[in-house]
Amino acid sequence: MAVPPLDDAEVRRIAALAHLALTDDEVQLFGRQLGEILEYVRQIQAEPTDGVIPMSHVGRTASGERADALVPSLDRREALGNAPDAAREAGYFKVPRVIG
Amino acid sequence: MSDRRGPVLAVRDQVARGERTAEAVTREALAAVTRCEPALHAFTAVATEAALSQAAAIDRRRAAGEPLGPLAGVPIAVKDNLCTRGIPTTAASAILRGFVPPYDATAVARLVAADAIIVGKTNCDEFAMGSSTENSALGPTANPWAVTRTPGGSSGGSAAAVAARAVPASLGSDTGGSIRQPAAFCGVVGLKPTYGRVSRYGLLAFASSLDQIGPFAITADDAAAVLAAIEGADTFDATSVDAPPSTPAETGVRGLRIGVPRAFIAGVDAAVSTAFDGALAAWRELGATIVDVDLPHGSLAIPVYYLIATAEASSNLARYDGVRYGFRAGAAAPESLRGMYERTRDEGFGPEVKRRIMLGTYVLSAGYYDAYYLKAQQVRAKLRDAYAGVLAQVDVIATPTTPTAAFPLGEKASDPLQMYLADIFTVSANLVGVPAISLPCGFSPDGLPIGCQLTGRMWEEATLVRAGAAYQSATDWHLQAPSLA
Repeated sequence: MAVPPLDDAEVRRIAALAHLALTDDEVQLFGRQLGEILEYVRQIQAEPTDGVIPMSHVGRTASGERADALVPSLDRREALGNAPDAAREAGYFKVPRVIG
Repeated sequence: MSDRRGPVLAVRDQVARGERTAEAVTREALAAVTRCEPALHAFTAVATEAALSQAAAIDRRRAAGEPLGPLAGVPIAVKDNLCTRGIPTTAASAILRGFVPPYDATAVARLVAADAIIVGKTNCDEFAMGSSTENSALGPTANPWAVTRTPGGSSGGSAAAVAARAVPASLGSDTGGSIRQPAAFCGVVGLKPTYGRVSRYGLLAFASSLDQIGPFAITADDAAAVLAAIEGADTFDATSVDAPPSTPAETGVRGLRIGVPRAFIAGVDAAVSTAFDGALAAWRELGATIVDVDLPHGSLAIPVYYLIATAEASSNLARYDGVRYGFRAGAAAPESLRGMYERTRDEGFGPEVKRRIMLGTYVLSAGYYDAYYLKAQQVRAKLRDAYAGVLAQVDVIATPTTPTAAFPLGEKASDPLQMYLADIFTVSANLVGVPAISLPCGFSPDGLPIGCQLTGRMWEEATLVRAGAAYQSATDWHLQAPSLA
């Protein structure tokens, strides 16, 4: 059974939200595959859930509090060590120009 | 019939007694890795120098009469989505090419504190997204039992390394079956702990409400020994807790009630069904009671899982943007910040990761949130209640770990939905939070391992380990090794 794909505009809208510069081929492929996956997962909509409290987490409801103590954090030089571009002496990550 | 003590406890005792040095054990493991790698590609990095220097330090401390940790001298491999200080960590993704963490994941730090030897990092599906280890930017891992087959995934390298007897144990992560399914496919023990037993600090997050770190080993008791070293509350993970011990205080399964959801597992391969029934017969012989149970909503677990996991993944993977670590796409000309983000992410992530980010972004986006994400969370709550109901009647639930033995490499690689459906018996434990173990329980006619899964109550890993150890004392499936080993 053929499942309708997500249309190109919808795929591009989602890709923009996700910060992904998809190629035209990827738009086609993901449109078809996401259409199939969504068709499959849609079966949950037939399950009655009136009044069921959504479950976001299996953990305990109250997390403990820790002492508000000063402890050393990651060394700045180490934190910058993996950056593809950084002003290591000044202590900044570098990104393409944002203003002007 | 067979020795329950596997190589983890054997090596630890030998090193503690001075029968072997940690260095000799480590050299042997490194040699085994070198021997297996051309056929398997189970590792993304081998930490030869660090491992040998760690081993030498343990030997010096022993010689000086200092106390040793509970895993002293035991070589352990670690899935490449766990941060290891000074050892490259990529989660098998091009977007983390060259990333060398400045800190250890808590589970890794605790292994080191227990004097285990970290020998290297193991291959996996990119960011643990997959069931075959084919979604690795570094190429797939092969199954030691048949190199044309997948080892399973996403922790395929960790499973293959233990199955090939290159290391006595390894760590993996399990978000929807990523420890148990490769354990089944490779014929080793894999244990997914209760959500919260093991700190996730330093685990590259996929789906934070589902992810849990756990061990691979040859025996249930070995797996418990590794788990005992890594479990417990950690100030760096607010969901981690000090739970009742995972190592059983008792032995045997007399009186244990094992529930079998017959309707849910109908339709598995004949060889899987035969091996599974054999395992049930063995437990019955050992004194357990086998009862049929009804497990409602089981068939909805896969759609619920793929909605919740992808939603969480789309949020977690937003951090990979080419700024703080890893890969940044090169620019031909000056470009915008947003353009840099978008090209870095398109070039850096593989197809399955992008597919899941897209799906997760879609189901969280305006207009779809209630129909997909919120609905999935409600069905997840019903699934949790169904499991609680069944686990009030029985101590554990038994199912095959997977519907089939290991499938051929390439078979499902181009059909994501078919790949997802193979997770039918494993995703529920993650959605519900309960612990589950996969134990080797037989072979298919073409010699591929088959796994049996036991799922227990929250925090009752000790029951799973006890049932696994009893089974392994009466059978020897776990002692069979591939010819490659």
